[in-house]
Amino acid sequence: MKAKGTVHKYGDNVDTDVIIPARYLNSSDPEDLKKHCMEDIDTEFVGRVKAGDIMVANKNFGCGSSREHAPIAIKASGIACVIAETFARIFYRNSINIGLPIIECPEAAAEIAAGDEVEIDFDSGKIYDLTKGTEYQGQAFPPFMQEIIKHEGLINYINSKE
Amino acid sequence: MGMTMTQKILANHAGLPEVVAGQLIEANLDLVLGNDVTSPVAIKELSKFKKQEVFDKDKIALVMDHFTPNKDIKSAEHCKCVREYADANSITNFFDVGAMGIEHALLPEKGLIVAGETCIGADSHTCTYGALGAFSTGVGSTDMAAGMMTGKAWFKVPSAIKFNIVGEKAPYVSGKDVILHIIGMIGVDGALYKSMEFVGDGIKNLTMDDRFTIANMAIEAGAKNGIFPVDELTEAYMKEHSEKSYTKYEADADAVYDAEYTIDLSTLKPTVAFPHLPENTKTIDEVGDIKIDQVVIGSCTNGRISDMRIAAEIMKGRKAAKGVRVIVIPGTQDVYMQMIKEGLTEIFITAGAVVSTPTCGPCLGGHMGVMAAGERTVSTTNRNFVGRMGHVDSEVYLASPAVAAASAVAGKIVSPAAL
Repeated sequence: MKAKGTVHKYGDNVDTDVIIPARYLNSSDPEDLKKHCMEDIDTEFVGRVKAGDIMVANKNFGCGSSREHAPIAIKASGIACVIAETFARIFYRNSINIGLPIIECPEAAAEIAAGDEVEIDFDSGKIYDLTKGTEYQGQAFPPFMQEIIKHEGLINYINSKE
Repeated sequence: MGMTMTQKILANHAGLPEVVAGQLIEANLDLVLGNDVTSPVAIKELSKFKKQEVFDKDKIALVMDHFTPNKDIKSAEHCKCVREYADANSITNFFDVGAMGIEHALLPEKGLIVAGETCIGADSHTCTYGALGAFSTGVGSTDMAAGMMTGKAWFKVPSAIKFNIVGEKAPYVSGKDVILHIIGMIGVDGALYKSMEFVGDGIKNLTMDDRFTIANMAIEAGAKNGIFPVDELTEAYMKEHSEKSYTKYEADADAVYDAEYTIDLSTLKPTVAFPHLPENTKTIDEVGDIKIDQVVIGSCTNGRISDMRIAAEIMKGRKAAKGVRVIVIPGTQDVYMQMIKEGLTEIFITAGAVVSTPTCGPCLGGHMGVMAAGERTVSTTNRNFVGRMGHVDSEVYLASPAVAAASAVAGKIVSPAAL
């Protein structure tokens, strides 16, 4: 499985309140949520994002509230993968559980810039910055999490065991 | 190899003699929690399961606390969805308006969680119950749904940071100041993926409410959980609130920690977190002249009776400063009733505050105290992110109930000692 797209770049400690502000949590419909994704730190994201694009951020991405609406909004926006130096733990679980691919890679997070074209090979964990001509090795998922991802989320995985 | 408190609880619930940091395990759950924002997403996921029966209707808690009493039609639809689900599945612990409180104030008070148990909640502040010596952690709605069906959750066993608490607090220093000090010291990702284990002689000088506040904000340092040992105070609290039997765990003497810190309570001062991260802390003597528009006293962090008592003590016989809106929100119906009995409600209203039914409302910019551009709130809540309590150009300053009450009177951020 591969993803290839344009990078939207953010900094440290992007919290779930700015990914999807609580004032929109009176809906849980992905189509409603994606209209407001990132709007408190990047008002142009919704207009700019294309299906298959990549989000890159620095440390502690997705900190704060446990709202699954945050990875749901990012996924519904068309983002194919989030790369970060580190992820907050609840966001990490939620992304795997709903089937939003995420990769921890400090080097890629530090060097990849907004607007770069990036390709990701999920099988090898390799990240290629096609604009810069650089290559990075993302952290591979443990086999247990790969199983969840392969089943496109936790619930299908649980169903498959029964 | 020695285990931490958290590792022992997880090993026990995974049916293993021993676990080590980094190990992936599946643990049995004693409680699965959701609220009116996260439960509707979980309920939608539940329909995808092959089996449709919950693992234990007595071990699920659904608390309608975020946008309640409902602020608009969409949030009313969410609560209706959860209400109908709870009814159809005979969920014992469904808390609706009239019975509900802010979940993390409510569940310990109702005795639904005790020492040695495991709990996941689709709310990040589920880590609060570590104050009771339980393992509890926040998850998302899909994990909640899976927990409701299987009674299990997968965990990566966390490593831990040890906080050795010594000394005694100075006047007007509370659990809030302790945890803000710690977050200021280690940062908002200082305990990422780890347990924060609090031990030491000074623990006896922290009330149960102090401990709830400290464990509550472990997530603001990125922690998986925060946990306290069980002492006489904990046992007295559990005996008063719960009929469940509990298990006391202590870390092994040779347990391994990633880092150890000593926190001398006697050296701490009232502490305030400036916008826009809980780690941007200053002690009260460093805050300068910060004029404010609003004060919020309440939340899962500081909506308990001792929080109301200290705030009322400071506001008694005084008035809120001109131009400052003061919103007081008891965490639960029991706290609310106790405030009325003790005359605290009257003190607040006489001082010019409003006293609301329990709700998470303003903490997340939901309702009941949303800010306009350029406004500032001193809040006893737990997050001061951009736009957290309203407009992206508004500001939240996190503080204890004592500092919040004093600031309400002064119209700017001050110590109660300055009044």
